Amino acid sequence: MDDPAQELINKQAPVIEPGYTFGTVTDKISSIVLTRPTSNGWFVGFGIAFLITMGLLYAVGYLFVRGVGIWGVNIPVGWGFAIVNFVWWIGIGHAGTLISAILLLLRQSWRNSINRFAEAMTLFAVACAGMFPVLHLGRPWLAYWLFPYPNTMKVWPQFRSPLVWDVFAVSTYATISLLFWFIGLIPDLATLRDRSEHRAAQIVYGMLAMGWRGSTRHWARYEMAYLLLAGLATPLVLSVHTVVSFDFAIGIVPGWHTTIFPPYFVAGAIYSGFAMVLMLAIPIRKFYGLEDFITDRHLNNSAKVMLATGLIVAYGYGIEAFMGWYSGNRYDAFLLWNRLHGPYAFFYYLLLLCNIGIPQALWIKKLRTSPGWLFLISGIILMGMWLERFIIVVVSLHRDFLTSSWGMYYPTRWDWMTYIGTIGFFLACMFLFLRVLPMISIFEMRTLLPEAEVKAE
Amino acid sequence: MKRTQIYGMMAEFDTPDSIVHAARLTHEAGYRKIDAYSPFPIEALAEAIDFHPTDVPLVVLVGGILGGLSGFFLQYWIHVINYPINVGGRPLNSWPAFIVVTFEMTILFAGIFAVLGMLALNGLPMPYHPVFNVPRFAFASKDRFFLIIFSSDPKYEPAETRRFLEGLNPRSIAEVPS
Repeated sequence: MDDPAQELINKQAPVIEPGYTFGTVTDKISSIVLTRPTSNGWFVGFGIAFLITMGLLYAVGYLFVRGVGIWGVNIPVGWGFAIVNFVWWIGIGHAGTLISAILLLLRQSWRNSINRFAEAMTLFAVACAGMFPVLHLGRPWLAYWLFPYPNTMKVWPQFRSPLVWDVFAVSTYATISLLFWFIGLIPDLATLRDRSEHRAAQIVYGMLAMGWRGSTRHWARYEMAYLLLAGLATPLVLSVHTVVSFDFAIGIVPGWHTTIFPPYFVAGAIYSGFAMVLMLAIPIRKFYGLEDFITDRHLNNSAKVMLATGLIVAYGYGIEAFMGWYSGNRYDAFLLWNRLHGPYAFFYYLLLLCNIGIPQALWIKKLRTSPGWLFLISGIILMGMWLERFIIVVVSLHRDFLTSSWGMYYPTRWDWMTYIGTIGFFLACMFLFLRVLPMISIFEMRTLLPEAEVKAE
Repeated sequence: MKRTQIYGMMAEFDTPDSIVHAARLTHEAGYRKIDAYSPFPIEALAEAIDFHPTDVPLVVLVGGILGGLSGFFLQYWIHVINYPINVGGRPLNSWPAFIVVTFEMTILFAGIFAVLGMLALNGLPMPYHPVFNVPRFAFASKDRFFLIIFSSDPKYEPAETRRFLEGLNPRSIAEVPS
């Protein structure tokens, strides 16, 4: 305790409230899945999310019948909502991997109570993201053409194209996220298998736990594999949004062709991801009474991450504006002028307000630990990050090099229905996850308890 | 009852400290075919039974190398050998453009090898295992710690081993039928 840094940490809110034992931690988390009756609130919430998901199916079904003409995309703005939403969703996913992998490597043990549902959030967000480029293909049923496979046409994907890189980056990311989430679940599935009283539940959880019995030999290999997977997921998550930014940066469109994009996209991804983590964690801990596990410390730390990444994003905006002037390139200069004074200027100012202005309130410690305020600010950040992608995609495309090819982009009701539909799909998946799987990693919570410490002899 | 029908002798403990202590004493007493079960990873326990695996990192390394090579040569074969396209006289083997996919394939293969390799080396999935025959073993995934001496250990002798385990002060002792 002589270490001043350690003393400072001890003074903060604890990661887990005192008084818990291995047994009570296990019971508290597993009872949500196994014994507690499903609340009416869950049914209402899931019902609404499910209805919105049906809206998504309707919009997608109509898209399959009529084609992308039902959307607002047209030349010059050929990307529109599909790519805006793709980048937004995949960015949200990044916080889950950051929490589970990067914070594990940095030995931030407070992550143990939020990594499980953050990883679930990643999976569902990537699923939502993956839909958009496929729907945007025009002929979505030929999406498998994106992968290199021997075919009778004797052609191959063009591997020099960033769009093909994106296919590999996103599908690798989805696979690794799923594996990481699943091996994290195995010991907890064994706990559910041993705790559940229903035969069907015992069989299902038992199959998924694959006979896990907590052998020391197994744990040793498990810990090694988990650590290595974290080490692999860390560069992966940074690469994914880098490759997404290449979709833009490799092109020559003004506002896209810039080297600041990769770091500023990654920072923006983590920024919006933590906002989504907080928007999920705050209601979850309230409705399930998990304030002892997801404490003010978690809120405070997440808010600090948002503040830091938000400042990196602000730096990115600053450099973009500076380069518009400093490069001396008339098209870049015009883009800056167009953002500030063009037809979409209102959204650019709204973006600056949402992403740079309002989040500065997080400097105030009281707001960082106030669930209500954090929820509100996180919502504003999510909106701001969506606007950022809208500005990048639409404002750059709608007025490029030749005035004769200028145009405007207006989303249609089908654009909105698809976008809101994916939010419904995301929430419906989250509701199901909360109901059938432990939302907090039970075995990692056990390691945080004081009684888990083995005293040296 | 024949001896081969007994899988081992199992003792139950309350705390991580007591299991680590017991495992250490058991190993010191000369028992080698032993294992311990805990509801969360305990590094000192693996040391106590002298288990230091180095196989998982090797599997991951092999997976990573395989993934990287197949990622790069997939692109090389497609763009240089099978379907060369001359774009303004630029080199066919434009390797800087191949780096992204090579990297992603490295991570993908290494990650899959890490998970499947860990499971395979641990002998999972395993639908049946004798330790589950002990009713109290259900607490191994909650808040209890178990030490087992397998009957295949040369020093294993039912009465003698039970006396030894009793000397470790466990909460309970059970013979594990196989």
